[in-house]
Amino acid sequence: MGLTSQSTGTGVLDSELRIERSTPGDKVIALAGNPNVGKSTVFNSLTGLKQHTGNWPGKTVTNALGKYLHKGKNFYMIDIPGTYSLMATSAEEEVARDFVCFGKPDATVVVADATCLERNLNLVLQTLETTDRVVVCVNLIDEAKRKKINIDYSGLSKLLGVPVIPTIARKNKGLTELMDAVYEVANKGLVTNPIKITYDNTIEQAIKILEPKIWELVDGRINNRWVALKLLDGDPTLLKSLEKYLGFNLLEDNEMLELLDSAKKHLANNHIKPDQLRDKIVSRLVHIAEDITANTVTFENKQYNYTDRKIDSILTSRTLGIPIMLCLLALVFWLTIEGANIPSGIIANFLFAIETKLTELFMSAGWPEWLHGILVLGMYRTLAWVVSVMLPPMAIFFPLFTLLEDSGYLPRIAFNLDNFFKKACAHGKQALTMCMGFGCNAAGVIGCRIIDSPRERLIAILTNVFVPCNGRFPTLIAIGTIFIGGTAGGAFRSLSSTLVLTAIVLLGIFMTLLVSYILSKTILKGLPSSFTLELPPYRRPQVGRIIIRSIFDRTLFVLGRAVAIAAPAGLVIWLMANIKVGDISLLTYAANFLDPFGKLLGMDGYIMMAFILGLPANEIVVPIIIMSYMASGSMLELEELEDLRNLLVSHGWTWLTGVCVMLFSLMHFPCGTTLWTIRKETQSMKWTLASFAIPTAAGIIVCFIVANLVRLLGLA
Amino acid sequence: MNNQYIPLSLLPIGKKAKVKALTSDGTTRRRMLDLGLISDTVVEALQKSPSGDPTAYQIRGAVIALRSDEANKIMVEAY
Repeated sequence: MGLTSQSTGTGVLDSELRIERSTPGDKVIALAGNPNVGKSTVFNSLTGLKQHTGNWPGKTVTNALGKYLHKGKNFYMIDIPGTYSLMATSAEEEVARDFVCFGKPDATVVVADATCLERNLNLVLQTLETTDRVVVCVNLIDEAKRKKINIDYSGLSKLLGVPVIPTIARKNKGLTELMDAVYEVANKGLVTNPIKITYDNTIEQAIKILEPKIWELVDGRINNRWVALKLLDGDPTLLKSLEKYLGFNLLEDNEMLELLDSAKKHLANNHIKPDQLRDKIVSRLVHIAEDITANTVTFENKQYNYTDRKIDSILTSRTLGIPIMLCLLALVFWLTIEGANIPSGIIANFLFAIETKLTELFMSAGWPEWLHGILVLGMYRTLAWVVSVMLPPMAIFFPLFTLLEDSGYLPRIAFNLDNFFKKACAHGKQALTMCMGFGCNAAGVIGCRIIDSPRERLIAILTNVFVPCNGRFPTLIAIGTIFIGGTAGGAFRSLSSTLVLTAIVLLGIFMTLLVSYILSKTILKGLPSSFTLELPPYRRPQVGRIIIRSIFDRTLFVLGRAVAIAAPAGLVIWLMANIKVGDISLLTYAANFLDPFGKLLGMDGYIMMAFILGLPANEIVVPIIIMSYMASGSMLELEELEDLRNLLVSHGWTWLTGVCVMLFSLMHFPCGTTLWTIRKETQSMKWTLASFAIPTAAGIIVCFIVANLVRLLGLA
Repeated sequence: MNNQYIPLSLLPIGKKAKVKALTSDGTTRRRMLDLGLISDTVVEALQKSPSGDPTAYQIRGAVIALRSDEANKIMVEAY
């Protein structure tokens, strides 16, 4: 889920997205399209870059750059965010618009969904208004065939005046033809003749008033007709981007300003008010799209969406919608917990057997004791814990989650939950950014760009961390399994940990809503803004691809990050445990200092310190706890996972400690990466601090109440 | 405004209607237009979400969920 280096990308007009062409013959290709048309799949198949794809709108939250070689030439391809139109309303759409309009690509590929061509043509037509060099890629033609939708591609190509290439990107079909067409268009081997979009007479006359002067000023650097339309329309964000692109403000020219004035008067005299102009422009485009579709698309089966509606009527039904959602969530957790048990044990045994060998090696080589301590007992052991505790649950959880994502179920979750978000005065798409947060909170925070209203976007950013990310899932699963589940015993073991985990996630969702509501009523006052959510057709997930993708993209990425941070953390812990001031080690000293506070929250000083040291990456919290307990001396050998429970118990853990650790893991400051991302996205230190303080305060309050209530009632 | 027009939010599930007017403005209006909701567009009410709001509509081949607040500002003629 956007866990690549691209997830920290930036606006097109920012200096960071300058493409360095290595030779002058290199071409830059923009990849545009409506959300959820398989654009990212086209991108991945062409460039081989593993950008994560999912069946829900708003996946590409920032520009991804990839490269492919075709007929001996380099093609740099930019995957821009999905957008329905170039008349942007959200930050994300602005990025898309700016690249298509001002990014100066050598060609633009517009990916369209074969099962929903008419709606997709709106963007195609708008793109054709800005540039001649367009290739239309009609993707998902297998889905269309299945739904008995027939498309006349050559007819479509004639009507649009640009190449139209049918593809099935996920099966790599039609991509060579697509690359050929892009090659021709980008190298001007094929001169396109795009459809001329004309508006009613009054608008045409207004355009004519402006065109000559624009031509004179911009010197052919951009389509004058399009600029004329935009000046009449007067969208401030577009005019700003245009000014940046041109390097000067068209409207600073007095003659231009006068012409614009008279053109606007001409419209007003003919009863076209500013708002109506936009309506007329859009209506014209929609009508053209309608005509083109009527001439090129036939539906053999009028009920082509019958199956999807049938599934929806179950998955989003009044009685079953929410129960099914909870059951699916619980099923994913149950499979993860049940499935991870055995491999976790095997990996732990294997890695600790290696530790014994390493120790023997160090002894026989006669290397100093402190070196063995730092490298083996510090770094290696922490690494071994991270891998054995985290790898199995991740390798099961991520593919399952990706499966749900690919099938198209996530937008249904947003649909089911929207009313709650509405009541919390938040944006419905927050449910989607929340789902992104399950992958990675930093990605979730960037994903908030799909929300147009700044107030609601900020709410979504500030509350994203209440969704446990993949760095915290292993912590929750580990504690849930080896501790909470362990107390139940027997067959109920994984069942009870499943229930606990599901409850924790639900609590996270509840906290998201509660905090959103509180923010809406206090520092971020306001009413919910408009919201539309597309429910895309269900798609059969490609199981093989999912397993490979989710293991390589997510599991290994997250594991890699954890390992990179765990090794130095292990070193620090070992040093802290072994450097003594007087009779007390630094570790004990720090833990003792934090202990009263930890106790107040149902935990202890070591746990508190683990959370603090886990700031760079939440993945290492549990390994740090284990390491510090082991370093503090009561138990030095852990043979198998079962011993872990004993280790925790011997340090005074009760079920309450487990619950409080899980609660605090759910609600505490975001990790370093997420904080840095929030700082970047909000451009404000104040909101970054708020994003740190809000979940931490929530965690402290909740843990305090739970711990003291339970103690008061004498339950633990 | 014609009396026989109703807001889209009142269109019963399973029924179709033609869009007659948008009463929203600004960003909301733009969003609606982007979805292709112009005059005479046929819209079908498909399904309500479990809590009754939002509702999913079939609009130009796509399924789009709209909250009642938005659907209230789309005047349609049922048929």
